[in-house]
Amino acid sequence: MPLLEHFDLIEAIILSVIAASTPLLLAASGELVVERSGVLNLGVEGMMIMGAACGFAGAYMSGSTLIGALCGILAGAGMAAIFGILTLGLAVNQVATGLALTILGVGLSGLIGAGFVGTKIVPAAQLHLPYLTDIPFIGRILFGEDAFVYFSVALIIAIWMFLYRSRGGLVLRAVGDNHASAHALGYPVLRIRMLAVLFGGACAGLAGAFLPLAYTPFFIPGMTAGRGWIALALVVFSSWRPGRLVAGAYLFGAVSILQLHTQAFGLGIPSQLMSSLPYLATVIVLVLISRTRGTAGSAAPASLGQVFVPDR
Amino acid sequence: MLDASSQAGSSLPAPLLSAVSISKRYGDFLANDCIDLDLFPAEIHALLGENGAGKSTLVKVMYGLIQPSGGELRWEGQKVVLSGPSEARALGVGMVFQHFSLFENLTVAENVALGLPPTEPFATISARLADTARVYGLPLDPKREVWRLSVGERQRIEIVRALMQNPKLLILDEPTAVLTPQEADQLFIVLERLKNEGRAILYISHKLEEVKRLCDTATILRLGKKVATCNPRQETAASLARMMVGAEIGEVKVSAARTAAAPRLLIHKLSLEPDDPHGTRLKDITLEVCGGEIIGVAGVAGNGQDELFAALSGERQAASAGAIVIDGRAAGHLNVNDRRRMGAAFVPEERLGHGTAPRMKLSENALLTGHAASGMVKGGFINKIAMLAHVDRTTKSFDVRKAKRDPEAVSLSGGNLQKFVVGREILRDPGILVVSQPTWGVDAGAAAVIRQALVDLAGRGSAVLVISQDLDELTEIADRIAVMFHGKLSPPLEAARATRERLGLLMGGADPAAPEDEQEAKHAVGA
Amino acid sequence: MQLVLERRPERSAVIAVASPLIAVALTIVTFAALFAIMGKNPLAAIYVYFIEPLTDPFTLQEIAVKATPLVMIAVGLALCYIANIWNIGAEGQFIVGAVCGSWLAVRTNGTDVGHWVLPAMLVLGALGGALYALIPAICRVYFGASEILTSLMLVYIANYGMDYLVRGPWRDPQGLNFPTTAAFDPAASIPTLFESGRMHVGSIITLVVVMLATVLLGRTIRGFEIRVVGAAPRAARFSGFNADRLVLLTFAISGALAGLAGIIEVAGPIGHLDPGVSSNLGFTAIIVAFLGRLNPGGILIAGLFLALTFIGGEGAQISLKVPLDVTKVFQGILLFYVLACDSLIVYRIRLLRSVRKVAHAAS
Repeated sequence: MPLLEHFDLIEAIILSVIAASTPLLLAASGELVVERSGVLNLGVEGMMIMGAACGFAGAYMSGSTLIGALCGILAGAGMAAIFGILTLGLAVNQVATGLALTILGVGLSGLIGAGFVGTKIVPAAQLHLPYLTDIPFIGRILFGEDAFVYFSVALIIAIWMFLYRSRGGLVLRAVGDNHASAHALGYPVLRIRMLAVLFGGACAGLAGAFLPLAYTPFFIPGMTAGRGWIALALVVFSSWRPGRLVAGAYLFGAVSILQLHTQAFGLGIPSQLMSSLPYLATVIVLVLISRTRGTAGSAAPASLGQVFVPDR
Repeated sequence: MLDASSQAGSSLPAPLLSAVSISKRYGDFLANDCIDLDLFPAEIHALLGENGAGKSTLVKVMYGLIQPSGGELRWEGQKVVLSGPSEARALGVGMVFQHFSLFENLTVAENVALGLPPTEPFATISARLADTARVYGLPLDPKREVWRLSVGERQRIEIVRALMQNPKLLILDEPTAVLTPQEADQLFIVLERLKNEGRAILYISHKLEEVKRLCDTATILRLGKKVATCNPRQETAASLARMMVGAEIGEVKVSAARTAAAPRLLIHKLSLEPDDPHGTRLKDITLEVCGGEIIGVAGVAGNGQDELFAALSGERQAASAGAIVIDGRAAGHLNVNDRRRMGAAFVPEERLGHGTAPRMKLSENALLTGHAASGMVKGGFINKIAMLAHVDRTTKSFDVRKAKRDPEAVSLSGGNLQKFVVGREILRDPGILVVSQPTWGVDAGAAAVIRQALVDLAGRGSAVLVISQDLDELTEIADRIAVMFHGKLSPPLEAARATRERLGLLMGGADPAAPEDEQEAKHAVGA
Repeated sequence: MQLVLERRPERSAVIAVASPLIAVALTIVTFAALFAIMGKNPLAAIYVYFIEPLTDPFTLQEIAVKATPLVMIAVGLALCYIANIWNIGAEGQFIVGAVCGSWLAVRTNGTDVGHWVLPAMLVLGALGGALYALIPAICRVYFGASEILTSLMLVYIANYGMDYLVRGPWRDPQGLNFPTTAAFDPAASIPTLFESGRMHVGSIITLVVVMLATVLLGRTIRGFEIRVVGAAPRAARFSGFNADRLVLLTFAISGALAGLAGIIEVAGPIGHLDPGVSSNLGFTAIIVAFLGRLNPGGILIAGLFLALTFIGGEGAQISLKVPLDVTKVFQGILLFYVLACDSLIVYRIRLLRSVRKVAHAAS
């Protein structure tokens, strides 16, 4: 029956949107926490691609998705640690260090991943609950996803609760608002920021690992294709609020998927134009969001990107 | 020099907190040099000294923010080592900083919670905060965001936050610097009450009349050393000043007849939206400054002074060209350098970061304001010789002490850098000078040099506008004083009629002429 | 024990000079260690990477050829970065410049055109790069959008755009279906300097650019403006400098230089337009800019050094069987060391004895 066919198609589209949005959501969630603490880490792309390379290597060599994911997390956190030592320990400019992190990450991941190009692994398992997963249309969307998807949703909820309902989150927000005041009250600003940076790196690493472990079961050098940068734009788009972040991640995921589906529709649009849509959309969104916020002032954490050297 | 102990009479209560030979060294610079200080319960103890004497450093040591290089602290007779403010708070030390440790985008309750140990649940903090605030006459709304509050209200948060921990010792660092005289009176009532509750209070100030009024004991610091401990009520302001400064500070000499000539700076119905969401909107500001006179603009920080300075300097353009007239020419639409070419000069409040680029050399900072109109640029190329010559002239005329000929701006002390910044402009012989907070954070010697320079400049026929929070300074050098409140400027008062009372009322928003407004002003202060 | 950072009263002049040298030394040591772990002879690796390319006149020219676009782009980037204006899209501006200049070459390909073609191509390239760079600049000035993100997104868009042109309308009909334009005519090609070797006029242009930039930054009021806007934005405003205009100007200049480098590279060593034209030069130039400490003279040296490592890397790929990615990793690590060492110019590290708590009668 034609109606069911439409449902199948829509279900397939929604599933692909969820899959495309998950790495964005994971990476952006981590960076949201980092920026809320007042640190700007531009190295998300570098941490993600390292997560992809190490995640794939780990899964390939151990045969387990979980170990692969852990390798990805460690890789991202490790890169973030380098960033933290430089920007928090040596007070180096955060923009320059973030760029350096990306450049290093891209190069290093190519090196690590080179040996694995062309190999395949078993993709991450997807949930299958009897009866529930088989519900037409929504069954697979709600009950048939892989662990990464469920984790990404749980993560952003946990982050929201942390930021707004816990003491730790209050302290983090305070550090991001005014690091001098936080220091004067006795809070360990650098330590809090370092923890946030490591957390952000772990999330970016996991997001990167998602790509070769669940999205496509193989590794290509450079497979993140700028998603790390889009995640950064997402954080700006979300006005540093978790709720909006989810909406933004799924929006961008949808745009990036669009190109595949319009090609299926056979319009005469050059593939390169469709491929550039997510990046074009990012620029447009950034312009619109910054403009509407213009007179009301920036919602960014007030000490974002500023160097902090405590006096003793 | 009398001790508080001999004043109290027979038995000596043990000191609550003792600083024993406390020293603090920063590289070559000795901020505190073997200071002994005893604080007793039920006593208000003043810590006196001019800017740079080491008062803030000493109390930061007492609060655990800084570690001393030598000496020790004793609490109730026993040695303690404080590794951080939370330990100090646990002992019973509360502190109200001069520069508030507040978070503008968080609410009052959240700000207070951050200053308390994490054990108390948020809901009870909110309730207790409202209670404490009410009890002490410092009303606060827990749900408001801090950026919406005035400076006086923000200080209340700091005080209530400290009081909620039931401190045995409360330290206040220059609390009245940002208050109107009426708000200061209200604060003194609160402090007296705390003293009667048996708490010890350490009150840092450089304002002698206040200290004489409020404090039982005073310790005086000068250049990092303790000079004396005395009873301020038995000293005169002059003797205290002499101990603080170590010498007679000359009075600022005002030339006898400073006749005002034609108006050189005219501000006519200047209105301006703030470019910062937390800023103040200027409303119809009107003022005339004649050649040969000094006009003072008083007011608590945050009432539009920054915006007024930006509008006058040209960093922000006015809506109409005629809003600002310099020597007869409409200047409202002109930028900073055009105004400099017309003979105007400006000294902003923040010397590091606004008046100078901190990490650039003095010669380059001379170029900063000099490139428009002082012969340092030719055909797009900069003339380093001219820049250095300007630095040398400024150094000589204003006695700027520095380590080498052309150091970075940040390496100069506050007073010396301020002398450079003010001198840099005065040496260009401007017809109009607008200066904001000319002696904020500056030692008495440098402050005297600067004030004399301003007076001399006016004496030569220039129009001088001084924006300042320091009423003593304005009454000393200004011919007429106006007050800024919520973006509006009051009509200027002749110096003779500008009493502290009247100025205080205007700073609090009341018009002393209207009786109802007087009641409102008292109410706003939180009585 | 605790290590803490403390601001120096004055910038240390000694470290300012020594820092890049220390960073290079540290990187080489790190690399020797890595090579030893990988089972290769570290000394042989150092020789192949750093010494060998200097021994042959042909590879010396190759170093110059590789360094030319890097230095030209990096000088433009330095002007931006000094003012805290973050142009990350040099790669995209390079591509757009190459495309705009190539348009003329493709249009006139095969016809008998005069020698005006080449200068016209260069102008088009610079113009194209400048205009493309103005997009993120305008987004920042008029809309407040982060120029880091917008300029970077435009790189991807430029790449896709060029890909489309080279696979579609501009493809060489005689090219056996390879995605490339026809080879440029001699009139549309940059001449080489010597009889043998590939070093070309572009290197001279780059040297001129370096000299002009040095004068601009050190001796003109415009250079002062760039430095103050980066060092103290509020003081810059007080000095009468308009930060918005500066954003537009520096982006335009760096875009023009990147675009010029693009067309020079395409019309010179490469000889035609194809998707691999840029090979991340725009991003490597960022490393060169920081390595050179945002100083045109330093950038010249850094560019030559980095070019040396590229050529060395190609040699190592052949003789030591080391993958090319190692060069990229080397450059990334070098950048980290440079940033870390530079921090010591402004700060110093001190050892603090940690505070030991003594039991006290606390409440």
